[in-house]
Amino acid sequence: MSMFQIFSVAGSAVSAQSQRLNVVASNLANADTVAGPDGQPYKARQVVFQTALMGAGNDIASAGVRVSTISEDQTPGRRVLDPKHPQADAEGYVTYSNVNTVEEMVNMISASRSYQNNIEVMSTTKNLLLKTLQLGQS
Amino acid sequence: MLNRLTDSLNFQTQALALRSERQRMLASNIANADTPGYQARDMDFARALREATGSSLNSGALNTTQSGHIAPAAGARSESQLLYATSAQTNLDSNSVDMDRERANFADNSVKYEATLRFINGSVRTALDAMKSPNAG
Repeated sequence: MSMFQIFSVAGSAVSAQSQRLNVVASNLANADTVAGPDGQPYKARQVVFQTALMGAGNDIASAGVRVSTISEDQTPGRRVLDPKHPQADAEGYVTYSNVNTVEEMVNMISASRSYQNNIEVMSTTKNLLLKTLQLGQS
Repeated sequence: MLNRLTDSLNFQTQALALRSERQRMLASNIANADTPGYQARDMDFARALREATGSSLNSGALNTTQSGHIAPAAGARSESQLLYATSAQTNLDSNSVDMDRERANFADNSVKYEATLRFINGSVRTALDAMKSPNAG
């Protein structure tokens, strides 16, 4: 029954999108941090999605999603002149994380929309399967 | 008589199986809406149904003339014969999923799946009614 695979396809997408939301949350939380435990300022993280075939025999009709890598944004962080700050360098600059909050908010909205879409796919499929179970009765 | 009944039941069963397959394809498209490089696929439903019910031959089959040739699956449902969607708005990451269209197709396919279910239920009820004794009321 090919419809049962929809749950694994949509489920993989939901899990990938929630991982994306998770990354967005940690980026937003660290938007104003100065230095992490390793002494380096926090670098914005970004998930990279990849198609994962889920059907038997690599059937392209059931293509799920998985997070292949979580990449770190390598652009230099924001530098602010604040000589009084305890983390200021020799020139008096403090390096903040390179998180762009506007970008992260857009990312968050996009992730939550995709999440909702996949949940709806699952609930529609569940209703159809339940009706298929009652086939021939009534 | 019974042959006619099972014939219509057979047709609807094929249609139901194809609908569920298309549903899976559309679910994959929706799931990959944010995957870079993903190309949305869909099947030619009318052609697939014609092939499944035997009223037209599977087209797109490749000839195998040598022992080393691989014969890929033919027909509208096979990977080589699936259609690509052209997106109305191009994406920088070359993803061709148009979420609005996919959602509309998904809803359309769900309704038609349910319609097929009702047709089958109707056929079954007709058959059961025909088998009833005239005295049973």
